[in-house]
Amino acid sequence: MPDPSAKGVIHDLGYRHYEGERLGRAQIVRALYVDSAKGAFGIGRSAKSKVMPMLVLGAICLPAVIVAVVASVTHLDRLPGGYTSYLVKTQALIMVFVAGQAPASVSRDLRFHVMSLYFSRPLQRVDYVAAKLAALATAVFVLCALPLTILFAGALLAKLPLSEQLPDFSRSVGGAVLLALVLAGIGLVIAAITPRRGLGVAAIITVLAVLAGVHGIVQGIATEQGNDSVAGYAGLLSPFSLVHGVQHSTLGADTVYPASPPGMLGAWVFAAVLVAVVGGAFGALLLRYRGVRI
Amino acid sequence: MALITTDRLTKRYGQVTALTDLTVEIETGVVGLIGANGAGKSTLIKLALGLLPVTSGSATVLGLDITTDGAAIRERVGYMPEHDCLPPDVSATELVVHMARMSGLPRTAARERAADTLRHVGLYEERYRPIGGYSTGMKQRVKLAQALVHDPELVLLDEPTNGLDPAGRDEMLGLIQRIGSDFGISVLVASHLLGELERVCDHVVVIDAGRLLRSSSTADITAASPLIAVEVTERADELAAALRAAGLGVVAAGAVLEIDLRDESTYDLVRDSIARLDVGLIRLERRRHRMAELFAVPAEAAGA
Repeated sequence: MPDPSAKGVIHDLGYRHYEGERLGRAQIVRALYVDSAKGAFGIGRSAKSKVMPMLVLGAICLPAVIVAVVASVTHLDRLPGGYTSYLVKTQALIMVFVAGQAPASVSRDLRFHVMSLYFSRPLQRVDYVAAKLAALATAVFVLCALPLTILFAGALLAKLPLSEQLPDFSRSVGGAVLLALVLAGIGLVIAAITPRRGLGVAAIITVLAVLAGVHGIVQGIATEQGNDSVAGYAGLLSPFSLVHGVQHSTLGADTVYPASPPGMLGAWVFAAVLVAVVGGAFGALLLRYRGVRI
Repeated sequence: MALITTDRLTKRYGQVTALTDLTVEIETGVVGLIGANGAGKSTLIKLALGLLPVTSGSATVLGLDITTDGAAIRERVGYMPEHDCLPPDVSATELVVHMARMSGLPRTAARERAADTLRHVGLYEERYRPIGGYSTGMKQRVKLAQALVHDPELVLLDEPTNGLDPAGRDEMLGLIQRIGSDFGISVLVASHLLGELERVCDHVVVIDAGRLLRSSSTADITAASPLIAVEVTERADELAAALRAAGLGVVAAGAVLEIDLRDESTYDLVRDSIARLDVGLIRLERRRHRMAELFAVPAEAAGA
């Protein structure tokens, strides 16, 4: 019989053992991947950490929405700007997103020694690196693919022919995948080297902006002087132009830069450099985390 | 079942030897790992987690080999690091839920277990606030909670009372005792403070400069040959001399005399001697041998 005097007393139920399901390593990695990818947009994190990624997401979609609305209302016969050039024109926003979210994803864990808590669990170092890289790449991809999808929807609403729109749209989405991998790789490597978050943000922005600037200058001068080969290969200098080059010469998208990878050789070189950048970033991260003592 | 066994376990970092030929067998229960700073306690714990390559020798944890089954060990073991390891911008709940998931608990189970575990370690409303604003005592509790959240068979606690005030220290020790007795989870707790482990451990392993000094049950160490401690207002040395003359073993430990307790007549002898000297008696108590004497043994042996 319950004792009426015991009302309102919090009973210590004692310790209960966990008899339920325990997931394996693959599912743990998946959980880290999903949480980190959501975390890049501030989902599951504090309200404060939602502000920046959501602002960037809104800003990058806004022009697409305007184009889509204008196209469908005025019944244009082609999309102004097109898909491929969209991400080149909005690259500053993508840089800001990567610079903000790469350090948020890894710097905190390194700076506050949270890695000891991860590595004393079944997760291996390579799992952590893979999950974080895939998560940031996914987030960057979503950031890039969302406005492209809005453009595509606008094109369909404007009754533009699907047979023309779909290949262009698909190529740009393929480009977004490559861009996401390259930027996530570069961003995470820099963020993992500089565990102070503010420093990481500044370093990533600087590196990406300087590379883009150098690419523009070198390509501009080479084009001016008529050196097509140098102008073409200058595209290797910046992540955006590198991906754009692969997108143009391998996926067959149109280009917005004055020069493109020269010929078959150029196509191979660009593709190889892209693979090397992504693979190199993964390798560098592994090396970095191998050095983390628990 | 043997919790941890090591066989001639040796670990060197370059030129520095952290553990030398350590052979020890530890049974389930609350086990204290005692040693000065740099004695090799943390190294032994990290080896037990399967996170460091062994230089030579071998060891098992819960019957699993530390060189080949590290991942399997880490599924069944919890670890509380010595150093700070908490991100300041998340709440205790968020962190512990996340760490439960990283140990393989499904999302719902992780939430339930995190809430339960935080309650067990004594964190209530404050668990929703960011960790950055916590006191050292609360942070230690969060570190303990994340080590327990997946209901391990063994928790490895590296200096859990570090930085705590006396009250916090007592609470932490009480918790450790409960983990062993009420939760039924074995504990290996490392500390450089002997006195505190004596209270909560079933068994102690003492290491010094990477070598095993002693491994025995707490009862064995503290039960042997009882003492009485006597403190008087003045002339303690004269009292000691008088008692020695009466054939008792007397050791002066500061102002306190520790006297071997032979039988009931020892009390009479002490009382009469004090009365004869006409000094005030401050304290007369029964005392067990202290673990501190463990360290005296090798010193004498070295001197002999």
